[in-house]
Amino acid sequence: MTASMAIVRPLAARAGALLLTLWLVSALVFLAGQVLPGDVGRVMLGPFADAQAVAELNRKLGTDQPILQQYWHWFSRAIAGDFGDSLSMRAPVAPFVLSSIKNSAALAGIVLLFLVPIGIGAGVVAGLRSGSLADRLIVLTGVSLSIVPDFVSGLLLLMVFGLWLAWFPISGAAPDGAGFWTSSYHLILPALPLVLNLIGYVARMTRAGVIEARGADYTRTAILKGLSPSQVLFKHVLRNALVPTVAVIATQSGFLLGGLVVIEALFGIQGLGNLVLSAAKARDFPMLEAGVLVMAAIFVSTAAIGDLLQALLDPRQRRRNAP
Amino acid sequence: MTDLAQSPVRSDIRLSWIGRLRGLLPDLAPSTVIGSAVLLFWVACAIAGAQFVPFDPCAEDFLSMMTAPDAVHWFGTDQLGRDVLSRIVVGSRDILLVAPLATLAGVTTGSVIGLVLGTFGGLVDAVGARLLDAVMSLPFIVLVTMALVAIGPSNLTVILVIGLAYAPLVARTVRTAAREQRERDYISAARLAGEGRLAIMFLEILPNVRETILIELITRLGYAFFSIATLSFLGLGIQPPSADWGLAIADGYGFLTAGKWWVVVFNSAAIISLVMATNLIAQGIGAFENSDK
Repeated sequence: MTASMAIVRPLAARAGALLLTLWLVSALVFLAGQVLPGDVGRVMLGPFADAQAVAELNRKLGTDQPILQQYWHWFSRAIAGDFGDSLSMRAPVAPFVLSSIKNSAALAGIVLLFLVPIGIGAGVVAGLRSGSLADRLIVLTGVSLSIVPDFVSGLLLLMVFGLWLAWFPISGAAPDGAGFWTSSYHLILPALPLVLNLIGYVARMTRAGVIEARGADYTRTAILKGLSPSQVLFKHVLRNALVPTVAVIATQSGFLLGGLVVIEALFGIQGLGNLVLSAAKARDFPMLEAGVLVMAAIFVSTAAIGDLLQALLDPRQRRRNAP
Repeated sequence: MTDLAQSPVRSDIRLSWIGRLRGLLPDLAPSTVIGSAVLLFWVACAIAGAQFVPFDPCAEDFLSMMTAPDAVHWFGTDQLGRDVLSRIVVGSRDILLVAPLATLAGVTTGSVIGLVLGTFGGLVDAVGARLLDAVMSLPFIVLVTMALVAIGPSNLTVILVIGLAYAPLVARTVRTAAREQRERDYISAARLAGEGRLAIMFLEILPNVRETILIELITRLGYAFFSIATLSFLGLGIQPPSADWGLAIADGYGFLTAGKWWVVVFNSAAIISLVMATNLIAQGIGAFENSDK
């Protein structure tokens, strides 16, 4: 009973905090939308439309109401899953958002496919030989790659592998009706800059975990009781180092979302980042609000899942959270 | 990665003449020296570059548009026939103005918020931390994009928006550092001596979290270069007719498929050299030791 309470109580608190955060985000985005210059009807109809038509449209859209009323109107429907109609597409927002989530998820999947094994591998090598030349190189390269803007590395990769060597297609969007492999193949080049950008972070986290596990008492015990080096490595060091590392990576994987904005614009992928960027530029407020909320929801829930994973895998932390 | 940071006692131990000579100079890591040199080069370009460039960076020449690098135009010309080398030298100006000011605005605001939350604790801290979480639950670039679209991009708005977006990130770090200090004995002593909360905050805690703030300053500067170049590329940052590198890449990007690479490559190299220089300086002062992104 106490054991289950120890898990349920922080979980409920976490879920509550999560919903509160999302509600605050929705209010923030709504306020940002209100600062947009010019009224919505004017933006939609253009500068030459007559004033009466603009007023009529504003009345129809509800954009002539006071701000709190507008927010309540939007909020009460959003709760029920209705995010309204896009101003620029003149169609419900939901299908656009759903298909963009699918495209972004495919890209994120390819990124993780490369990022996790390479990053963890490099981190393990660096952690096992901390202080060596290999370690310094891995850490320095990782940090350096993480600060090169992804549109710069994306363009350079596009030039080398897309245009000169022509190994990969330069568009991230596969032709209609393409199969799973063709679509994935189109996403490799867009995924690479994000992989490069985040690899240093993953490697640094893994490295810290490995160094900690190497210095731990259980590792010394394992060595002293005469286990072979490979047994010590696989059964004690890596097993203890990697589990929390993976959880930490999960906690931080929301960082991927920021990279999507630029990369999707660069490679012409109709994903969440592109949706938010073009909605913002077109002042398409319902679309923007829905896209940003989905991003925030993904961001906070990956962090929560990562924390939960960490708590489940590490009994010490579970006890610490208990009242 | 403590091994990459300079050990503070090194120059004391070595007493050879080289050691004594080095003792006269500030004890700087080699990476700091290289990074500072590159950064100073770009600062010099930003201040005085316009006097030394071979061509007028704004002079359009419709007879030599998009010409490849040659003896006259070392880095080629762009889509309006302007000299790419001259534009890169002059193009350092806006980003070197906007990024440090944005960083300064963000780190100052964030430090004050972090100090207040960390020092006061209690309800102020609980509410403040929740608000920071809400702002930080949006990817940085999304937050900034929304704000810039709403108020319109210009150098001033980019400074304000990036500064405001950095503030919560800095605040979180400074808050943690301040909370750690709050538990120390010297704070209880100060409280018993009758110091007010503001005095404790600025006179006792601030000097002791100085190093945290300095490291925030240099790492955030690196990311500010990153973010501002990205925003300019997306058309939301520095605006034409600036010769800004991100803008130039956005303009030259469409010519890549025609095999005209020079605008993108040379401007990219400029951005990379700038962020790398900042990174080297940060490495030298021991940032990144246990930082997350």
